[in-house]
Amino acid sequence: MLRVTRTLVVTLAALAATGAAAQDKVSDNVVKIGVLTDMSGYYSDLAGPGSVLAARMAAEDFGGKVLGKNIEIVSADHQNKADIASNTARKWFDEEKVDVIADLVSSSTAGAVMPVAAEKKRITLLSGPATTAFTGEKCTPYNVHYTYNNWALANGTGREVVKQGGDSWFFVTADYVFGKSLEEDTTKVVKAAGGKVLGAARHPSPGTTDFSSYLLQAQSSGAKIVGLANAGADTVNSIKQAKEFGVTPKQSLAGLLVFISDIHSLGLDIAKGMYLTTAFYWDLNDDTRKWSKRFFEKHKKMPTMVHAGVYSAVSHYLNAVKAAGTDDADKVIAQMKATPVKDFFTKNGKIGPDGLHRHEMYLVRVKSPQESKAPWDYYQIVKTIPPEEAFPSVEAQACPLVKK
Amino acid sequence: MNLQALSGQLLVGLINGSFYALLSLGLAIIFGLLNVVNFAHGALYMMGAFAAWMMATYLGIGYWWALLLAPAVVGVIGVVIERLLLRRLYGLDNLYGLLLTFGLTLIAEGLFHHAYGNSGNSYPVPEFLQGGVRLGFVYMPIYRGWVVGVSIFVCTLSWYVIEQTKLGAYLRAGTENPKLLQAFGVNVPLMFTITYGFGVALAAFAGVMAAPVYQVTPLMGSSLVIVVFAVVVIGGMGSIAGSIVTGLGLGLVEGLTKYLYPQASSVVVFVVMAIVLLIRPAGLFGRER
Repeated sequence: MLRVTRTLVVTLAALAATGAAAQDKVSDNVVKIGVLTDMSGYYSDLAGPGSVLAARMAAEDFGGKVLGKNIEIVSADHQNKADIASNTARKWFDEEKVDVIADLVSSSTAGAVMPVAAEKKRITLLSGPATTAFTGEKCTPYNVHYTYNNWALANGTGREVVKQGGDSWFFVTADYVFGKSLEEDTTKVVKAAGGKVLGAARHPSPGTTDFSSYLLQAQSSGAKIVGLANAGADTVNSIKQAKEFGVTPKQSLAGLLVFISDIHSLGLDIAKGMYLTTAFYWDLNDDTRKWSKRFFEKHKKMPTMVHAGVYSAVSHYLNAVKAAGTDDADKVIAQMKATPVKDFFTKNGKIGPDGLHRHEMYLVRVKSPQESKAPWDYYQIVKTIPPEEAFPSVEAQACPLVKK
Repeated sequence: MNLQALSGQLLVGLINGSFYALLSLGLAIIFGLLNVVNFAHGALYMMGAFAAWMMATYLGIGYWWALLLAPAVVGVIGVVIERLLLRRLYGLDNLYGLLLTFGLTLIAEGLFHHAYGNSGNSYPVPEFLQGGVRLGFVYMPIYRGWVVGVSIFVCTLSWYVIEQTKLGAYLRAGTENPKLLQAFGVNVPLMFTITYGFGVALAAFAGVMAAPVYQVTPLMGSSLVIVVFAVVVIGGMGSIAGSIVTGLGLGLVEGLTKYLYPQASSVVVFVVMAIVLLIRPAGLFGRER
C-alpha cells in the first residue's frame, strides 16, 4: 500500500513538473506584442495607427492565439523621442510582459530601444526605421530589420538614376542620424556608379517647413540630380517647393525615402515622374491587392511599406513561436532566421545572421495624373530588384555577431 | 559660395521674415492690448490654412475669396474663444492665458490630426500668381513676391490704424486704463473682443498666404509659433512696430545663417533672443513697465 502511495506521489510530482514545464513555454501565459511608433507626429501617417492596425490584423489572422495562449497587442506613442522610446520599452519589458516590439519608426528611437531589448533578451522587429547600421556595427542578437534600410534605398534609386544619366548629385539632407546615413550610403553608390557628388545642405529636422534656401543651394550647385535624404513632411515640402522655385523640371529630384502616403498628400501633379524605391506596393499582384484592400477597409488609406512590413514581421514572429513551441527569445529568433518568409509581402525573404531581412525591392516611377486610372493608382514598377541586389550581403555588413 | 548665392539666401530670408512679421504682429496686438500670451496663434494660423483648403475642396471657393473668408471664419472662432473663455482670465496672471491657449492649441491640432492625418494636403498656387521671374541672382517665384508685398502692406496698415488713428488711440487707452475709458462711454469689453478677433484673423490670413507654399498639415503652426514668440520677445512684448521690424530682420538673419552655417539656422533666432534679453531686457522696441 505504501509502495502504491509512493508511486502515485512520484507520478503526480512528475506530472506536475511537466505541467509546469509546458506552461513555461510561453512566458507569463501570453504572447504580447508592443507596437512602439509615432502616433501623432511627423511619421504617424506612414507608420503610427496603421502599424497598430497591421499588427492587430496579423494577430487576428492567427486566430488570436498561439500555442493555446492569447496574443495581445499593445501600442504606445514614442513621439519620435529616444528617451521616451527607451523608457517605454523598459516599462513594457519589466512590468507589462511584452515579448516583442514592432515598428520603431524613426532611427533615433530604434537605436535607443535595441540595446534595451538585447539586454532584456526581447526581440525587436524594425519596420519603420532606415539606418543601415542596425544590422551592421550596431547589430544585436535579438533584432530583425524587416522592411527596408538606407542601403536598399540608396542602391535602388541611386544606381538606376546614375545609369539613366543623372551623374551629378546635390543632397538636401535631414540633419540627424537617418538623413546623414542615407546621404552617406547614396554618396557611395553614386560614386561607385561613376557619378559625382557636388555638395549637401543639411536642414534641422523635424521643424523645418521652408526648404527654399536649401533648394537654392542645390540650384546654384548645378547638379543634375537633387537627392532628398529626408522623410515624411520634410520630403513633401521639399518636393513642393522645388517645383515652386523652378528647381524642377530643370534639375530632377530623387526622393530617397518616399512613402505612398507622401505621394497621396502631394498629389500626382506635383510628384509625377519621380523615381523612388519601395519594399511594397499595394497593386503588385493578387495577394498584395487582397491584403491591402482589407487594410484599406479599416484604415481608409492604402498601406505604406511600413504597415505591410509590420504585418508580415509579426506574422513571421508568430509562426516562429508556433514552430519553436515557445516564446523564448533565443529559440524564436533562431527559428525566424532559419525559416524563409513567404507571404504577400515577399515571395522570397530570408533573415540573415546579422538580422537583416533580405527580400525584393521595387524601383518605381510616379505616374502622371493622366496615367493614373483609379484612386491610389500611383506607381509604375520600373524594376523588381532581387534580394541579393537589393540589400548588402552579410559579409559587407560590419555586424560583430557574424564571425568571419 | 558667392555674392549671388548670398543675395538669394537673403531674399528667401526676407520672404520668411514676412511670415514672421505677419504672425508676430497679431501676437503683439493681442499681447499689447489684452495682455494675453496667445499660444494658440500657431494653431489659428493652421486653421486659416485648413479653412482655405476646405473651402477649395468642399465648396469650390478659390484663393481670392478664401483670403477674405478664411480669416473671417477663423476670426469668428476667435471671438467665441474670447467671449466664452479668455474673458474670464483678464486680470489674472499671464500664465493662465498661456495655459488656456496652449490647451486650445493641443485640442485644435488633435482634432485636425484625427480628421486629416499628418501628411496633410496640398493647396495649389493660384493660377494668376504661378511661375517665377529670374532676378539675375535668383529665381523668384511670383507667389513669394506677392507674400512679401502683401505682408508689408498689411503690417503697415495695422501699424497705422493702431498708432495713428482715433480708433487705435481708444485701443491703446483701453490697455492703459480700461476703467477710465469705460467711464468716457467706450464699450471696452466689446473692443477687447474685436481686438482678439482681429489678431486671430491676422493669424488665419497668414495661414491662407502660407497654404500654397507649405503643405497644409495640423502641425504646420507648432514649429512656427515658437520662432514667432521669440520674434515678439526680441521686438519687445506688445510693441507693434517692434514685431514687424524684428520679424523681417530675423528672417534676414536666418537667411544669412543658412548661407554661412545651415545647421545653426534653427537656433540662431534663440541666440539672438538671449543676447537681446541680456542687453535690453524689455526687447529692442519695448518699454520697461
